[in-house]
Amino acid sequence: MTESHYAPRPGDFDPLDAAPQAQTVCRPPLSRVQATWQRFRRNRSALISLGLILALLLFTLAGPWFWPVDPARQDLEQISRPPTLGKVALLVADDRPWHGSTAEPPPALPDATALPAPTGLTILEPATTRSVRLRWEPVAGAAGYAIYRSERPPADRADLGLPLGETWSGNEVGYEDRLQLEDRSYYYSVVTSDGFDESAAFAVVEVAVAQGITLADARSRGLVGPDAAIGDRVRLEAHPLGTDYLGRDLLARLIHGARVSLFIGLAAPLLFVLLGTLYGGLAGYMGGRIDRAMMRVVDFVIALPFLLFMILFKIAFGIGPGESGVLPMLVALVLLSWPSSARLVRGQVLQLRHEPYVQAARLQGAGAPYLIRSHMLPNILGVILVDLTFAIPSAIFIEAFLSFIGMGVVPPTPSWGSLCNEGMNTMLTHPHELFFPACLISTTVLAFNLLGDGLRDALDVRLTEGT
Amino acid sequence: MLKFMLQRLVSGLVTVWFIATATFLAMHAVPGDPLLNDKAVPPEIRRNLEARYGLDQPLPQQYLLYMGNMLQGDFGISFTQQNRRVNDIIRAHFPVSALLGVAAILIAAAGGILWGALAALYRNRLPDRLIMLLVVLGISVPGFVFAALAQLLLVNVNRWLGFTLLPVAGWGTPAHLVMPALVLGLGLLAFLTRLMRSSMLEVISADYIRTARAKGLSPLRIFFRHQLRNAILPVITVLGPAIAAITTGGFVVELVFAIPGLGRYFVQAVQQLDYTVIMGTTVFYGAFLVLMVILVDILYGIVDPRIRERGHD
Amino acid sequence: MLAAPLSKLFQNLSLSLVCLLVPALPVLADAVDYRNQVISIALTQEPPQLNSMLATDQISGFVLGHIQEGLLRYDADNRLAPAVAEHWELGAEGATFWLRQEARWSDGKPVTAHDFVFAWRNTVDPATGSEYASILYPLKNAEAINRGDQAVESLGVQALDDHTLEVRFEKPTPYFLGLTAFPSFFPVREDFYRSRGARYAADADDLLFNGPFKLSAWVHGASLRLEKNEHYWDRDRIRLNRIEVPYITSETRSLFNLFKDDKIVLAGLDSETLQDALKQRYPIRKFSDGSVFYLEFNHRPGHATANKALRQAIQAIYDPAELVNKVIALPGYRPGRSLFPLWLGGVERRFRQEYPAPVVQPDPEQAQRYLAQAKQELGVEALPPLVLLTDNSPGAAKQAEYLQSLFKTRLGLDLRIDRQTFKQRLAKMTAGDFDIVAAGWGPDFDDPITFGDLFASWNENNRGRYNNPEYDRWVRVAQTSSDPRQRMDAMARLQTIIIEDVVILAQYERGLVYVQHPRLEGLVRRVIGTDPDFSGARVIQP
Repeated sequence: MTESHYAPRPGDFDPLDAAPQAQTVCRPPLSRVQATWQRFRRNRSALISLGLILALLLFTLAGPWFWPVDPARQDLEQISRPPTLGKVALLVADDRPWHGSTAEPPPALPDATALPAPTGLTILEPATTRSVRLRWEPVAGAAGYAIYRSERPPADRADLGLPLGETWSGNEVGYEDRLQLEDRSYYYSVVTSDGFDESAAFAVVEVAVAQGITLADARSRGLVGPDAAIGDRVRLEAHPLGTDYLGRDLLARLIHGARVSLFIGLAAPLLFVLLGTLYGGLAGYMGGRIDRAMMRVVDFVIALPFLLFMILFKIAFGIGPGESGVLPMLVALVLLSWPSSARLVRGQVLQLRHEPYVQAARLQGAGAPYLIRSHMLPNILGVILVDLTFAIPSAIFIEAFLSFIGMGVVPPTPSWGSLCNEGMNTMLTHPHELFFPACLISTTVLAFNLLGDGLRDALDVRLTEGT
Repeated sequence: MLKFMLQRLVSGLVTVWFIATATFLAMHAVPGDPLLNDKAVPPEIRRNLEARYGLDQPLPQQYLLYMGNMLQGDFGISFTQQNRRVNDIIRAHFPVSALLGVAAILIAAAGGILWGALAALYRNRLPDRLIMLLVVLGISVPGFVFAALAQLLLVNVNRWLGFTLLPVAGWGTPAHLVMPALVLGLGLLAFLTRLMRSSMLEVISADYIRTARAKGLSPLRIFFRHQLRNAILPVITVLGPAIAAITTGGFVVELVFAIPGLGRYFVQAVQQLDYTVIMGTTVFYGAFLVLMVILVDILYGIVDPRIRERGHD
Repeated sequence: MLAAPLSKLFQNLSLSLVCLLVPALPVLADAVDYRNQVISIALTQEPPQLNSMLATDQISGFVLGHIQEGLLRYDADNRLAPAVAEHWELGAEGATFWLRQEARWSDGKPVTAHDFVFAWRNTVDPATGSEYASILYPLKNAEAINRGDQAVESLGVQALDDHTLEVRFEKPTPYFLGLTAFPSFFPVREDFYRSRGARYAADADDLLFNGPFKLSAWVHGASLRLEKNEHYWDRDRIRLNRIEVPYITSETRSLFNLFKDDKIVLAGLDSETLQDALKQRYPIRKFSDGSVFYLEFNHRPGHATANKALRQAIQAIYDPAELVNKVIALPGYRPGRSLFPLWLGGVERRFRQEYPAPVVQPDPEQAQRYLAQAKQELGVEALPPLVLLTDNSPGAAKQAEYLQSLFKTRLGLDLRIDRQTFKQRLAKMTAGDFDIVAAGWGPDFDDPITFGDLFASWNENNRGRYNNPEYDRWVRVAQTSSDPRQRMDAMARLQTIIIEDVVILAQYERGLVYVQHPRLEGLVRRVIGTDPDFSGARVIQP
């Protein structure tokens, strides 16, 4: 529009004075990397996410050094416990089997319709998480007893809680409970049975169960000295994030799981983006028939239904005994994911090839290495970097998803995905088992997403100037 | 144009053949075979079984036989459900996955466009921050966690209300669709919201908007006629691949909500190494995706001639 | 080339897509309906095979048990009772069954002896390729026919007239009556079967019923509906008018959520949903399902586990009670003490009451001595890592991790977990590609021999290839003797050999913990036969 109003005057064609209007450079020119960094630094959330990622890497790499707990060590006395700083436990004797308690058989009565509840229900001390032993007085006419356990005082006959087991004769009047006991109060109920049906009456006893540990266990774990005796109290190991379904330390498992999850999350995208860049770059650079043939292969691989093939490849590669299954997952991921990067890079290279400055360089006789090094690479690096940052969270998700359907890493190798999946089953009763791994996955995914956003904005000059 | 369409179709068919061959090879590379079962069978029974399924033939023969049948549109008979044809299984279960997927995409697209636009309009103010917080959750929480939490929420809501507001699981009525579709669409919704927001921001600062504003157009008109219409374009471009991802990605939702979709069948078939079902499902999905891509290409070609030309180079 | 069939498929698909929008079943029904006597249940899996001649799995068995009936059945007290057969005679050479006149198919035609002859012949016919054909091997010539050596007509079963069935045995089969309640022995009517061809049992219309219920609707993968069979001879016993199966899912949590939402009458629990159920104050029920799970050693030469001292060392550190109490942590499971589960009948009482299994107490010091002996016999300084083959179910992984830690801490042995999908694990088991495999066995009929012959050298299920002539000898005695006392004595020998020679290590007898709707009565759980059995169930008044 302005052109049409422009009416040149003769003075316009005079040469300018050189000195006064020349540019003065007051700061050293910024390299591309420096400029990007400057713009990136202004993006607060991107900076925070960069910090988060560094922290996560530190957690993964230096974690085992700060928290040198064996992630495979099981403590069956502390299964699925919430965070503790070390419980105090009672030392008990190494358990020998208890064959219950047998009374002289009382005379059987013919009337067995309304059998009374047993009397004299008592607990044999000590009641610890190792075992709780019950005994009671025999009931005349009983053919057996059923034992129940509840965490609350039972309200009625239908509310006795867990059916632990039963004894099969009227004079078998003892029962040992070892079924995953926690250090809390329990209400044990005993019901008389006539051999077919259980009677309506029941006897209840409340027991405060103490955390227990056998002397042998305490010794082998180095919790006590040689002079420790039964009945002493010892402090158990701390579990700052609680324990899992086999009593393993969750913090240690998260640290070690991070290695698997981040390894897959970082290595797979790095590999497939690299592969894709080389492939796509070559195709774009060569152009013509070769390009078309190469892109046809990409079309094929992209057409494969991703998840279906991920599963299929993973089992086809097979996981040998003792292997963690990380490698097959990595290979499958790389094999199926590289084409999208290849497409992206090829498109960029094609576009660059037609840019005037590249054409100019070529006309001036620049060779391929120079063109790639000084024109292609710097210009597509940003795109590749952004592609990479967004590929990382999706790789982490895929690992988690495969673990969810039981095709992830093989136990006992922990990964955030598998920990999450295990925690899902227990999310109501032991929420900490889901909360911590889910938090870590979410934080990582989020951090990489925000970092990607920040990078993209910082690399994209147009957008940053616009906002 | 006709030549372009034909070209795409031929390359699509070659792609389907490639998928079928890749699946066949991958599947037969898996150790074991579908005839093994918990209780071992005597060798004579095993021979009878092998003969029934043609597994006594050498592998190349099996491949040729399979390809021949597939050309006639016959995917064979399932190994685990021995009287059901794989075609019947696909016909019965794919519509379920597709319906779920379409519902999820509708929810995601509508929600994503609306929220994204809203967030952009209220940039850096409360609505924007709230929406972006939800987006952050949607992007960073794994789908299976969402699915489990959503189901739990429903149970508690239903119990609290004393009647069934929405069914907890199962399939059959539109009410059954709501929660699974919502959960399935959530990730995509978050992604689209983000995309829409940044695309909208770009549009807002574009010259033609300034011009429109300067012309004195009403803000509502500007929003609908200029901003939304232009900002929506990148969202539509990513919808194509999203359809593919979501129809195959419904596994988790199908598992948790007891929905008889094809995804759940596939996971089961892999466990059981049900050759014919694995082949049928993969080839079918592959063909479906290829068809979608071709359709999108042709559609683009019609809408925008530039793309058609680029497709040739 | 491909386009035509594919487009046809797509056409069909779009049609069924429309159909789907119209609900097939009123699936929002509550768990129980007292007025109409209707209940809703869930299945963990779509029944894979409702052709009784081919079915092998538990889910199909459950559905078949409700819609078909054999010569005998198990009653509410889990005893064998007359079904299609009114009475019978069992001898060493064979058996005769007299069928009741009033037994009818669901189209009103009588159930005849010919229907049994047809079904049994068809099952052993090699062309049928039935996986369970071997369960009919007690019948005369069955094995030879299945091998293709003889004509199917020579099978030892004959219809003397419409209502008399004569069976001849290959060798004495004292447990034959129990077999006749098994789905492979159910009748199939020839004219109906022929009219359906390959589609027999593919859909609800492709089946004929002679049991308490008939399958009136079957939407694959989604729902089934069982309706009372008005032609069933004992219809007065059946109180329920309908059993709806609107849900098919294997997710325990989903099932429990459905139960909480009052949508299904029965839900199995795992250790987590159990905690939830306790919180809701639901009465918890438990039931032993009769299966035994064990660690099977590989006895093939070249495997360290072929060494008896090593197996004894493992036995000496192994405490199944700890596994059951701490790792599985579900009531209803019983620590495994023998290959023979507690519920099996003996001569007069329970087999295990008559012949208690020898007890081996965990003994770490003894274990070290065995270990040293094993190293010496194998001529190695340190034992190579052992491979534990297991499947990819969550429970299996947990147990494998427990064992790995146990072996490491108590014996210093490295145990490598080899976790495979279902079929891959079976392939490796069959090929002997393991040192230890976590395996299990569910009984087919109520006789200890269903477990006892597992480790006979000729048994295909003896995946560890245990080969002991003495064991084989006692199996033969138990299989062929007709004297119950002699049979059970032989069985007791087998039990002792299993423990003393450490052929396997019993892990547990599986239990089921479940919640049941308070207004459902008469539901029967069974070890052998249809489980759960709803045929005698009813909904009681609110």
